[in-house]
Amino acid sequence: MIRLDNVSKVYTRGARPALDNVSVEIERGDFVFLVGSSGSGKSTFLKLILREERPTVGDVYVAGRHLNRLSSWRVPHLRREIGAVFQDFRLLPNKTVYQNVAFALQVIGKSRREIEQNVPEMLELVGLAGKERRLPHELSGGEQQRVAVARAFVNRPPILLCDEPTGNLDPGTSVGIMRLLDRINRTGTTVLMATHDDEIVDQMRKRVIELKGGHLVRDQDRGVYGLETV
Amino acid sequence: MRLRFILGEVWNGLRRNSTMALSVVLVTFVSLTFVGAAALTQMQVQQLRDAWYGKVEVSIFLCPENSLFEQCASGGVTAAQEADILAVLEEGSVANLVDEVYYETREEVYENIVASDDTGVYSQLDAADLGPVFRVKLSDPEQFQVVADATAGLTGVEEVQDQREVFDQLFTFLNAATFVAAGLAAVMMLAAVLLITTTIRLSALSRRRETTIMRMVGSSKSLIQMPFVLEGAVAATAGAFLAIGGLWLGARYLVEDWLTGSIVWVDYIGRDDVWTVAPWLIAIAVGLAALASLVTLGRYTRA
Repeated sequence: MIRLDNVSKVYTRGARPALDNVSVEIERGDFVFLVGSSGSGKSTFLKLILREERPTVGDVYVAGRHLNRLSSWRVPHLRREIGAVFQDFRLLPNKTVYQNVAFALQVIGKSRREIEQNVPEMLELVGLAGKERRLPHELSGGEQQRVAVARAFVNRPPILLCDEPTGNLDPGTSVGIMRLLDRINRTGTTVLMATHDDEIVDQMRKRVIELKGGHLVRDQDRGVYGLETV
Repeated sequence: MRLRFILGEVWNGLRRNSTMALSVVLVTFVSLTFVGAAALTQMQVQQLRDAWYGKVEVSIFLCPENSLFEQCASGGVTAAQEADILAVLEEGSVANLVDEVYYETREEVYENIVASDDTGVYSQLDAADLGPVFRVKLSDPEQFQVVADATAGLTGVEEVQDQREVFDQLFTFLNAATFVAAGLAAVMMLAAVLLITTTIRLSALSRRRETTIMRMVGSSKSLIQMPFVLEGAVAATAGAFLAIGGLWLGARYLVEDWLTGSIVWVDYIGRDDVWTVAPWLIAIAVGLAALASLVTLGRYTRA
């Protein structure tokens, strides 16, 4: 589903590479944690998959596409196959819960019928049924992140990228979000989650990919957050 | 769905950014009024040229009794001399350039001058002070010089005058006016482009959240950019409509009512001509907006 072959990324010539000769393969339906301290290359890793950045060296394949050769006008089609969730939710403050989720379908040209069918289904899935008319500021942090997940997944993309989705949430709320992501993963969706949250990683016991200074230092099935701390 | 979405975004953008939008409307209004005025002036010039050049004659003034011109030192023109001149015009080398020749007697010349004179100065004159005139209509008015050269030296001819010279001064003035209007229009259009650029930029910045999400969920570049492009285009087109309205009012009240009433011998442009110019003004407005979008959007809403 996602494959990086000997990928390096150098932002400014001469500087230390953000990613250094990384090779990774993530299969369809995998649930993968991407861990590492700040500056380890996690963000670059995600940006390469979203084709927000291009690798300096090496090849990136996502959802059957060779991103090195993907022309810029095809990029939107790639992004429709990847849902993205962020630490800061990125909801539109003046739109309701329903409108926020519907927005993702509107702007890729879905018909009104599809929107009217999919959005309530998705809100049901993330546990927000009955809160369609609320505005983001009327929701708790956990609920806001559920809206963001609903928006990322409403188009049923095969891949869900999560960048620190629990970073702004308390532990109890985080568990709820992780259950939701796990449920989405069970539908066959590949989930790649960058995180600092060691408790969650240790609890879930999923595959862990660790980056350190741009190098891939660990790729472990049913792993924990940090080997040293265990 | 998409159309409604785009139109909704355009409306929101214009509302949120209403002062900027209004300034774009006003600047395009003024600049396109200048463009339109320049175009209408040129149409007026062309219209006058077509109308007058057809009527224009070469006037061959013949010697009166007491001319101050050197070539008339031998006294007034004689009948034999008149016949010679006429022969040159009708049978000589320039005959093929000459369409018609009218002979105006000195009495007729006098009557015409007095009739078209408001000051009363010419009524002090006497028909005997004037010479008769050959009014020559040319088949091709551009060939004036050839006819003038052929007749100017003949005995009995006082002076050969091309009436186009009189009009050409007017045309020169109108052309200069066109240039001034076009120059001002160019400056104003530059201002319009810069202003539209700023408007689009502000609009894009204020909606960064939306465009970021659109990019993220895989919205096409054109859909992301379209609302901003249309915002500029709508404001500029509104300016174009105001300019057309302004020109229409100008043609209606300034030209058709006022000028036509005060200087009657000219065939003026009118409201119909404004409608001829109108589509071009709208096209220019849209073009300006497109140009502004082109320079701005690449940088602010990259995909």
